[in-house]
Amino acid sequence: MTYLAKPLLIVAALALGACTDAGRFGKDDPAAAGGAGSGMVPGSASDPASPVYFQQTIGDRVLFEVDQHTLSAEAKQTLDGQASWLNTNNDYSAVIEGHADEQGTREYNLSLGARRANAVREYLMSRGLPSSRLKTVSYGKERPIEVCSEESCYRQNRRAVTVLRAGLSS
Amino acid sequence: MIRWVLAAVLTLGVWHVAGSAQAQNGPLRIEITDGVQEPLPYAVPDFVPETPAAGQMAQEIARVVADDLNGTGLFREIGKDAFISQITSFSSPVQFADWKAINAQALITGAVAVNGGNVTVKFRVWDVFAGQELGQGLQFAGTTDGWRRMAHKVADAVYSRITGEGAYFDSRVVFVSESGPKDDRKKRLAIMDYDGANVQYLTDSRSIVLNPRFSPTGDRVLYTSFESGFPRIHVLDVANVGRRVLQSEEGTMSFGSRFSPDGQKVVFSLESGGNTDLHVMDIASGNKTRLTSAPSIETSPSFAPDGSRIVFESDRSGSRQLYVMPSGGGEAQRISFGPGNYGTPVWSPRGDLIAFTKQHKGRFHIGVMRTDGSGERLLTASFLEEGPTWSPNGRVIMFTRETQGAQGQASLYMVDITGRSLKKVRTPGGASDPSWSPLQR
Repeated sequence: MTYLAKPLLIVAALALGACTDAGRFGKDDPAAAGGAGSGMVPGSASDPASPVYFQQTIGDRVLFEVDQHTLSAEAKQTLDGQASWLNTNNDYSAVIEGHADEQGTREYNLSLGARRANAVREYLMSRGLPSSRLKTVSYGKERPIEVCSEESCYRQNRRAVTVLRAGLSS
Repeated sequence: MIRWVLAAVLTLGVWHVAGSAQAQNGPLRIEITDGVQEPLPYAVPDFVPETPAAGQMAQEIARVVADDLNGTGLFREIGKDAFISQITSFSSPVQFADWKAINAQALITGAVAVNGGNVTVKFRVWDVFAGQELGQGLQFAGTTDGWRRMAHKVADAVYSRITGEGAYFDSRVVFVSESGPKDDRKKRLAIMDYDGANVQYLTDSRSIVLNPRFSPTGDRVLYTSFESGFPRIHVLDVANVGRRVLQSEEGTMSFGSRFSPDGQKVVFSLESGGNTDLHVMDIASGNKTRLTSAPSIETSPSFAPDGSRIVFESDRSGSRQLYVMPSGGGEAQRISFGPGNYGTPVWSPRGDLIAFTKQHKGRFHIGVMRTDGSGERLLTASFLEEGPTWSPNGRVIMFTRETQGAQGQASLYMVDITGRSLKKVRTPGGASDPSWSPLQR
């Protein structure tokens, strides 16, 4: 299914909800704060029904400590935002991708990434999302987004990213 | 492709050379021990071309033999500049005094004949100080495009005769070939001779591939591929490069697979609901048995060569450690107790040692320990290394070493189990996750 046409129908309904939710999960992004009230561009980061809004305004990823898969308070806040977005935008399912930094063996990091992805999945399910809409995969250390060999990069790589998919069957 | 004919070459009795009394140092022999030892000095003159077309190959074969032997760190080649006499005929008597004078304890002579697409290589190994042949002359026949294998066969025979150990030069390595920047790395399966020659690619780079592992006879390769979007175990037939998915269960990931010593089963990691445990599958029937059942991560299983036990990695104690359990599952015994994290254990083909990756204080090491965990020795140290694989004779370990930083790249290295003779394996571009085949037949 395409996700271009459908969200336009939901925009009006969501815009109301977004006003109350904005302070909760959009506080880091000035564009989002203005977006709900002022000139919102459909499909942009200021359009609460857009995947871009999910990715950038709510935040599509949470970070983890070394060797850990427990969710921080900050991570839970992001995931609350993801859950309410997914609960509203029922046309989307998600694949949660777990990742690790390069400091570990390939095989262990695959398992560690799976733990992280699953921690996110379980949290989203605890917020009312059906398991059928949430898949997990781990890339271990195979897909770093930051390439330096320092904690500043490792920190960004120890992540679980919620990747939207249009249509429930995909 | 190549049919090997091993035959004792007819001899003319060249080993009863008058005047060269008895050996002064006993039989020509290298004892491979943990202690530091002097490499054995030897000479390998260019092989003698016996047909007009054989000239270049005769030189190249001698070169590959020397590279194999030199790479072990157990042998020291004496350069051609020092030679007093030349070997111009395979059947003429060897002038032992000339080789003794330059302190060549061993001498390898050989001859090469090329007829069309076929090549014949024969060779002898001489114990110079005893003034006699070591073992018997051998002859290999094959096709010209397999000339490197013949050279490796010669080197294998020399190595075995002098060390009394099994050899490893006529073997292959399957690995992951890497290209592209760190945040967009392309990976594909490749296979090569153990020394990096004759690289062939087995998959394209469209999906991530990891952890290829040879079957005990070298006919198949297990590997993990993200082709479906999720990690799944595949098996590939080396001869025709046919491949199929071996394990695919919706909502799970499977990886880290290895064959059982009889080649009929596969032990692997299966992740479900965030938890990774070990399972074993009978390849013919597809029947699966769960081997571990714990909320901790159990991964990187490897069979003992007799098939009775499995060594694996688990974080059940709070850190990653190595454990050994019966191959049907059951109570596991922890064998690693040092500081830091241990991973990727691999049982030696000789059954005596377990190679592993150790992570401690921000450094990585390849090490070995006895199967009860005693006698731990770290062989290497660097920013990042992992994934040891054993040479067919259990004397050398190949592994992945990755350099630090944004430009970091993975390469393959070899080290012997005493920690000596560390060297990089030449590969085109980056390379990781090596798996060493058995000796070829």
